[in-house]
Amino acid sequence: MQPAVEFRGISKHFGAVKANTDVSFAIAKGSIHGLVGENGAGKSTLMSILYGYYRADGGEILLDGQARRIHNSQEAIALGIGMVHQHFMLVENMTVLDNVMLGSEGGFKLNKNRARVEQELRDICVRYRLDVDPLATIHDLSVGAQQRVEILKQIYRSANILILDEPTAVLTAQETASLFEILRLFKEQGKTIILITHKLQEILDITDTVTVMRGGRVIGAVPTAGTTKEDLANMMVGRPIENNLPRAPYNPGTPVMHVENLQLLDDQGVKLLADIGFTLRAGEIVAVAGVSGNGQSELMEILSGMRLPTSGKLDFLGKPLPFGDRTDADGLPRTFRELGIGHVPEDRLRDGVVKAFSVMHNTIFGYQDKLKNKWGLLDFKAIAGRCAELMRNFDVRPNNHDLRIGLLSGGNQQKVVIAREVLAQPKLMLVGQPTRGVDIGTIESIHTQLLKLRDEGVAILLVSVELEEVRALADRILVMCGGRITGELKIEEFDTTRIGLLMGGMHKS
Amino acid sequence: MNKDLPRWATAFVMPVLNLLSALLVTALVIHLLGESPTESLAILVNSAVVNPEGLSYTLFYASTFIFTGLAVSIAMQAGLFNIGAEGQMYFAGLGLTLAMLAFDSSLSPWLLIPTGMLGAALFGALWAFVPGYLQAKRGSHVVVTTIMFNYIAASLMNTVIVKLVPPGEQNPASRAFSAAAEMPRLNEWFPVLGETPLNISFFIAILALVIYGVVVSRSAWGYKLRATGLNKHAAHYAGIRISKMIIIVMLISGALAGLGSVNSIMGSTHYLSLNFVGGAGFIGIAIALMGRQHPVGIFLSAVLFGALTQGGFDLSLEKQNIPPETVILIQGLIILFCGAMENLYAPVIAKALKFKK
Repeated sequence: MQPAVEFRGISKHFGAVKANTDVSFAIAKGSIHGLVGENGAGKSTLMSILYGYYRADGGEILLDGQARRIHNSQEAIALGIGMVHQHFMLVENMTVLDNVMLGSEGGFKLNKNRARVEQELRDICVRYRLDVDPLATIHDLSVGAQQRVEILKQIYRSANILILDEPTAVLTAQETASLFEILRLFKEQGKTIILITHKLQEILDITDTVTVMRGGRVIGAVPTAGTTKEDLANMMVGRPIENNLPRAPYNPGTPVMHVENLQLLDDQGVKLLADIGFTLRAGEIVAVAGVSGNGQSELMEILSGMRLPTSGKLDFLGKPLPFGDRTDADGLPRTFRELGIGHVPEDRLRDGVVKAFSVMHNTIFGYQDKLKNKWGLLDFKAIAGRCAELMRNFDVRPNNHDLRIGLLSGGNQQKVVIAREVLAQPKLMLVGQPTRGVDIGTIESIHTQLLKLRDEGVAILLVSVELEEVRALADRILVMCGGRITGELKIEEFDTTRIGLLMGGMHKS
Repeated sequence: MNKDLPRWATAFVMPVLNLLSALLVTALVIHLLGESPTESLAILVNSAVVNPEGLSYTLFYASTFIFTGLAVSIAMQAGLFNIGAEGQMYFAGLGLTLAMLAFDSSLSPWLLIPTGMLGAALFGALWAFVPGYLQAKRGSHVVVTTIMFNYIAASLMNTVIVKLVPPGEQNPASRAFSAAAEMPRLNEWFPVLGETPLNISFFIAILALVIYGVVVSRSAWGYKLRATGLNKHAAHYAGIRISKMIIIVMLISGALAGLGSVNSIMGSTHYLSLNFVGGAGFIGIAIALMGRQHPVGIFLSAVLFGALTQGGFDLSLEKQNIPPETVILIQGLIILFCGAMENLYAPVIAKALKFKK
C-alpha cells in the first residue's frame, strides 16, 4: 500500500542553523506514527513544512505516492492535512460552532449554514465519541474539551492526516486515555495520525511506528513493538538516560512554610482556593499534582507575593508573610524574594524572562538592585562574570550571553531561570512546571539541580502536571482539584490511578 | 520579523530608506504643485544646513525637539505612549513664566536660569502626573488622557495668558522678562551665527541625552523601566512596583517636555505667548519613533526635524506655489513612513541579505 505521507530528503536551514538535514521516512496509511526528539531536533520544522508554514530548501513530500508542493496551510488543509497545535488556535469568546466555521464559513451569510454545520458537528461527536457541545463558548471549556474542539475542527474539515503536537502536555491521565480512545477510532476509520510527544510511555502505548530525530536528522524509524523506552531515550539524546537520580535519604528539617486555612476569592467572589493547609519543611520536595487550572497557579502566586490571599495564615520561617494591609501585590514579590523565597514561574515566557533582553540581562532579573557599582549603575563586569559562571554550572547553550533569551530553546531558557533563582540561595523554592516543553536531556539536568537543592536543605514546593516528574522528584505529594487539596500521599504510596482519581476530585471514594 | 535583521539594518538602513520614501512622496507633491523638486531640495538644504545662520536656527529648533523627543522616548521605554508632550510643554511655559515674573528682577542670571528650568520641569511634570496617576491606579489609558490634557492645557492657557497681559498691551502674551533671564546665546562666541537664537539650551539638551542614555541602559532603574515596557507580567514577577514606575516615568516625561519650553521662551522670545509650543510636542513623537528611543537616534531625528522646520520656512518664502504647510506635510509623511510603516522595507532587506548569503 502507498504510504500516506513520505518525506524524501527534506532539508531546511534558517541562516546557519540546519533544522532539517536529509530527512526521509514514510508513514503508512491508517497508522499512528510517533515523532520524538529533543527540543530543536527538527520535529516542529518538519511538521511546519508538511503543513505549509515553511518551504523546504530541498527534498520532496509525497502524499499517497504523489509529490506535492504545499505552499501554505490552506493548501495543506485542502490536501486533508490537519494540525492540532500545542497552543490551541481557538477564539476564546466564540462558540465551538463559530470556531469550527471560522475559515470555512461557506459564504457571506453565516446563519444560512449554521444549523447544518451544527448538526454535522453533533453527528461527528457521536461517531467519534467526542464529548463537546457545539454551542458552548470556548472559555467555559476545560483544556481537555478545548483540545477535543481542535480535533473536531480537523474532522469537520475532513482531515485524513492529523498532526498532534504535544497533545497530552495539558491533560490528566484520564483525559489522555480518552484522547487515545479517540485517536484509535480515527485510525479505525483509515486516517493517519502523526503524534509529536516527549512522553515515551505514550509512544509505546499508542503508536504503531516511531521516528526518532536528533539534530535535524532521522536517527531511527522503527516499529513500536520492537522498541523500549530506554532505546528511544538513547536514540533521542545520544547517550543513556539515568532514570533514578541519586538523592540523599529523606530527612526533613524545620518547617519553612506553614499554610493554614488559605482562601482566595476572585473579583466575582468565585472560590479559587479553599481551605488550603500544609507544612513544608527544609530539605524536602513537596509536589502539588493536579490538572492545570485547579488552583496550583494561584497558590504559587500567593506564596511568591504576586497575588494577595483573601484570608488565611501563612508563616514563613515562623513569621507571618508580610501581606500586611496591602490592597494590591504591586512590588511585593521583591519583598518575598528578599526574605528568601525563590520562584521559578510556571509560565516562564510570560513571567520568568524578558524575551527581548539578552541572556545576561535575564540573569539579574529580579535581583537588579543588588548588582550596582559605586556609581549606582549596573556593574556589568560583575554581572558578566556571574553570568558566565551560571551558564557554565547549568550548561546553558549556546554559550553566548549576548544572545536574546527568546532565541534560546525552552530548556535553556528554563535553565537560566532556575540558575538565577538558585544563585540567590533561597530558603524556599517555588517551582512551577519546571520541565514544560523541555527535552529529556535537559529534564535530567533540571531534576538533578532540584534534587541537589533539596539535599542542601532548601524546601521546595513543586507544581507539576506530569506525574512522571512528581514521581521522580517528590518526597510528599499534595493533590489539588477545584482549588482544594483533595489528598496527600507519601512517595512510597505513589499510585497513578489513585492520584488520577484525586485529581478528578473523587477523594471520598 | 525585523528582529532577525542585523542591528545596522534596523538602526540605520531602514530609517534612511523610510526617510527617503517620505522625501520622494514630498518631491512628487512639489512637482504637482508646479515647482521643481530638485531646486526646492537645494533651497531647503542650503537654508537649513549650509548657511551658518540657517544651521543655527536648525539647531535652535532641534534643542527644543530633543527635549520633547526625550519626553516621548522615556515614556515609550516603559510602554507608555505619551501623546501629551505638547500640553506638558505648554503648561510648563506657565511655570517658567511665573518663576521669571517673580524673580527676574531679583536673582542673578546664574540662579535665574536654573529657577526657570525648575519651574518649567515642575509644571510639565505636574501636567503629566494626572494621566500617569490615572493610568497607574485606575487603568485609564494614557493615550486618551494625555490627548485630553493637551486640550485642557490649551483652554487653560487661553484663560491664564489673558490675565498675564500687561495693561495697555494688545498681544496675548506676558510681559518680557528682564535681560538677566535670557539664556546666553552662542553668537556671543561665534559671531558667524548672526542674530540667531541658538543658545546654551542646545548643550543642556545634549547633556540630557547623555543622562538619558546612561540611565536607561546602564542603571538598575533603567533596567526596570525597560523590563516594565517589554513585559509587565515579568516586571511584576520581578517585584518591580509597576504603578510607581508608571507615575515616576510620566513625571520625568512631563518634566523633559517642560524643559523644551526653556529654549523656546528663555532662549528666544523672553515672554510667554499664546501657542508658543507650535507642535514641538507632537514632533517629539515623530522623533522618538524615528530615533527608536536611542539617544543618538533622537539627536539625529531632532536635527532633521529642526532642519525641516527651518528649511521649509525659507522654502515657502522663496517658492510662492509652496505653502508654509508643506513642512507639516513632510513631517506627516515622515511619521507615516517611520512610525506606521517602519517595517515596510524589512522583507526587502531580509531577502537581499539572504540572497547575498
